[in-house]
Formats: sequence, C-alpha cells, structure tokens
Amino acid sequence: MKRVVVAAALASLATAPLWVGGTYYVNIASQILIAAIFALGINVLVGYAGLVTLGHAGLFGIAAYAGARLMNHGHGHVVVAAGALAVTLVGAAVFAALALRGEGLGFVMITVALGQIVWGVAYRWISITNGDNGISVSGRPSPLGLSLASPANFYWATFVVFLAAVASMAIFVASPFGASVRGTRDQPRRMNALGYHVWMIRFLAFLFSGFWSGVAGLLYIYYNQFVGPQVVALTASAEALLMVISGGAATLLGPIAGAMLVVIVKNVASAYIERWNFVLGAIFVAIVVFMPEGLVPGTVRRWRGAMAALRPRAAPAAPAPGGGGR
Amino acid sequence: MDMSLTLVLAVNSLTLGGLLFLLSAGFSLIFGLMKIPNLTHGSFFMLGGYVAASLIGWGVDFWSAALLSGLLVAAFGGIVERLILRRLAGAELAQVLVTLGLSFMVADVCLTVWTGDPIRIDTPSALRGATSVLGVAFPAYRLAISVIAVLFAAALWALLDQTRLGAMIRAGVDDPAMARVVGIRVSRLFTLVFCLGAWLAGFAGVIGGPILSVYPGLDQEMLPLALVVVILGGSGSLLGSLVGSFIVGFLYNFGQALFPELAYVVLFLPMLVVLVLRPQGLFGRQAG
Repeated sequence: MKRVVVAAALASLATAPLWVGGTYYVNIASQILIAAIFALGINVLVGYAGLVTLGHAGLFGIAAYAGARLMNHGHGHVVVAAGALAVTLVGAAVFAALALRGEGLGFVMITVALGQIVWGVAYRWISITNGDNGISVSGRPSPLGLSLASPANFYWATFVVFLAAVASMAIFVASPFGASVRGTRDQPRRMNALGYHVWMIRFLAFLFSGFWSGVAGLLYIYYNQFVGPQVVALTASAEALLMVISGGAATLLGPIAGAMLVVIVKNVASAYIERWNFVLGAIFVAIVVFMPEGLVPGTVRRWRGAMAALRPRAAPAAPAPGGGGR
Repeated sequence: MDMSLTLVLAVNSLTLGGLLFLLSAGFSLIFGLMKIPNLTHGSFFMLGGYVAASLIGWGVDFWSAALLSGLLVAAFGGIVERLILRRLAGAELAQVLVTLGLSFMVADVCLTVWTGDPIRIDTPSALRGATSVLGVAFPAYRLAISVIAVLFAAALWALLDQTRLGAMIRAGVDDPAMARVVGIRVSRLFTLVFCLGAWLAGFAGVIGGPILSVYPGLDQEMLPLALVVVILGGSGSLLGSLVGSFIVGFLYNFGQALFPELAYVVLFLPMLVVLVLRPQGLFGRQAG
C-alpha cells in the first residue's frame, strides 16, 4: 500500500511539468523541490539528531552567494558547484564547531546568532556581497549538453538532485550512522558510555545537513539567478524549520510534504493577501498547539485514532510530542 | 580617531549598552528560570516603542507613556505565558516555534497598525539639552539612559539578592524541582518573571525610541543583540547581562566607526571567543 502511494507520488512528481499546466506552476514545482531538499537537510539535524537549528538559511545563503561569486568570475559550472559546496561545508564545519559548544537551547541561540552573522555579511559587507542590492548571475549550467534554461528542463534536473537527496536520506536513516545519530538524540549519555563519540556524530550529522542545505542554495541561485540578504534572514531559517516541523520531523516524507505546504501557502497567501508573515506565524502557533508532532505523523495518528474509535477496545499509543524529545 | 569622537562614541556605547541591559536582563531571567528561549523578546521591545508613540500622540507625557506602555507589554507577555507557553513546559522545540511564530504575528500586526514608516519618539523636554563633560557636549538624554540602566540594574540586583521574592526566583533558577518541594509556587514565579522581563523590554523600547526610532524590523535587529548578550554574559546572570550589554554596546559603536562594513559581524566576535573558551558565558554557571 505504502509502496504504491510512494510510486504514484514519484510518478506524478517526475511528470509534473507535463500536467501542472503553465510555466508559473512548473516554476512553483521547482521551488517546492528546492525547498524540499533544504528541508530534508535540516531534518537530519532537527529530526534525527534532535538539534534545532535556526541558522541554516545561513548555509543555504553561503552556497548561493559563493556560487554567484564564482559564476561572475567566469568559472565553469563544475568549478562553481564544487567550489560553492566546498565553501558551504567549511561554513557548516565552523557553524557545527561553535553551535555544538551549546547544549539544547544554547545550541538554538548560537545558530540564530551565526545565521545573523551571515545576514550581517550579506547586508553590510558590500564589497563581497553587494549589500542590499544582492548579486545577479546569468546562465544556468548545461549538464551533459542539456540546457536548463527552460522551466521544464530545470525542473527535471532539480528532480534528479531531489531523488539523490531522498535516496541519501533513506540510506542515512537505515545506516548504522543514522542509528547512532538517533542514539545521540535519545540517549546521549548512554551513547557516550557505550563508547560512541557523541560530539563527532553530531558534527558529522551537521556536515551532512549542511551539505544538502548547500545543494539547495546552489540550485536556488541557478533557479532564481539572483541572491540577496533576504535569503539568509531569520525568517528564511524559520520558514525552513516550519517545513520540517509541519511535515513531521524525523520522518523521511514529512519535510517534503512540509516544503510543499509552505511553498504553496506562501505563493497563494502572497497572491491574495499581503500578510504572509502573519500566516507563517499563525501556522507555527497552530501546529504547536494542535499537532505538535507534525502534519504527516499527526494525520496518521488522528486517522488511526479515528479507525480505532470505530473498533471496540483498541487503545492506540500516542507518540511522544515535540519531535526532539530528550 | 580624535579624543572628542572617542568620547562621543563612548557615550553612545553606554547608551546602547543601557538599552541592551534592560532588554537582555529580562531575556536572561526568563531563559535562566523557565528555560524558555523567548524569541518574542525583540517584539516586546518594538511593541513598547509603538504603543508609547501612540500614547504620546494622544497627549500622555513621555515617562507615563513609558511606564504604561511597559505595563501593556507586560500584560501581553503574561497572557502569552499563561495561555500558551505554560502548556509547553519542557518542549523546547515547541517553545522556539511558538515564540518565533508570535514574533512574526506581532511584527505583521505592528506593520498594519503603525505602517512601515519609522516613528520617532520625541526626547522628553527636560533632557533635550546637552551636558558638558570634560569640555565636550553630550546629549543629556543619552547619559540619562545609561543612568536609568544602572539604576535598574541596582534595583534588580536588590530584588533578586535582598528580598524573599528574589530568593525564591534564584531557587527556581537553580533547581526548580527542589524549589517546588520546599513549597515555592514556581509556576506563579514563571508568570511574574515573564511579565517583569516583558515590562523591561517594553520600557527599553520606549526609552530607546528617541534614539533608535521605532520601525519594522527593529524586533529582529534587537533580538540577536539580546542573544549575544546572554550568550556572552551567561544565562540567568544579572551581572553577566550588565557586563555583556556594555561590551556589545561598545563593540557596536566603535565597530561601526572603525569598520563600517563589518560592524554587525564584529559584534559577534566576543560571543564566538566566549563560546570556545567558556561556553557557559562569562558569569554563567556550568550546566548541571
């Protein structure tokens, strides 16, 4: 049953440019995939490692800015991609080394501060980032001779990267490393006593998370062909976190569903009302109050609860709230 | 850099430091006592400024407006604490999300009510002139802010260190479970401290108004500063907030004069150094 649903979802995603009708919708679909890759990356930390980050837009932005600068220096796309991702990984390593000095809430606050540093550089260090005016680039890459200039081609290229991201997440979750990351979330002391290097496991999880954030940032600069400070604002980190939480942290499909929800709501909301930030905030509050474990697990729970209520003497166990319990 | 510019920058630094202390003391207490990362704290600051601007527009005098606006913000904070945060005790992620979500909502409501234009609060007339110190003229109001901050620091210290209520709050910070066992109503303290923190932030927003003005985005600008102060000084420590605030105040003003492009980044450097060398903050205690 689940396989059929996943196969159907994949098939509909793969053929999206053929049926969504219109360039505008193809572009929204591309935005969703980019956001989903970003959310999958954040989910490694927020969901599996139990480390809430509010600074990942900084890593996303580092990749986008580095890519833009390299492109404007006339480098080829292989160099651009490799260089941008390398810079992002270095950034992620610095972020991780500093943020992991704090525990729990300390970690959150440090990631906020680090994200704001990147914002400060993007906004004020004009000689590097061109400040508020941002950086424009021209041209998308042509892997294997296929031009990505058209929205549909760009969508398919993004879809391939998206599949790679999902596959890497599936492998990660099933791997011993994934198990040890979850172990550091649930029982850091026991993991330590068992001889695991908790700090190193978290550090590597941070790098893995940062890598996919960087990939998303790189795709973003190719898609948008412009990057400005608003990409690295606290709001952007919060939006990405909302994707993970609303979909369901520590699930494979949750962040994807969350990305879809946030991008669609954002586009619909900004088409009809100006108050996107109010809606974003209200969604945050509503999710925490009504469905603390996220939309996907929350819906599953309610569905099971409703099913169980129809049958006599079935008592479903409620999952632990909050996602990042310790 | 000549002497008088240095002095002017120093006074500006003291002013910003004073405002930051009022903002971050509450943040630090809330964080230390309730373990809540109150990301609406910047919104309290901004809301205080906006409400006072309207009150002053209706003819209320500056200081009454500052007190009243602080009270309204405190009431708002109390409602948030009672209705929402209370249910989320121990759920860090949920607290982060709710306070962040609320800050977006407050920002958007403020944008609707007070529009996007910066609103300047007039300096109270008694402090409009300049005071001469060492032959250099300083705006009296800026000096007054530093004095107010120091008075508040002393009052808060007296409250926390000398009164029974303060002892209860300190007990709650150190060991909430044990404090409950000995009969302290920790949950009531939570509301009280949250309101006090909100009041301080709102009040700071008002008295900061004549210098910073009130404008959309002020909340997101002040919140990271409060975070830096708390990380720098150590959460739950009043002295840490005071020292951290003035460090940040000086760095910001001198950084802006010396490296205008990097002022915002320079601000975070001491935080990074402290994190590497002393993760609990300058005056924080090692987490248990």
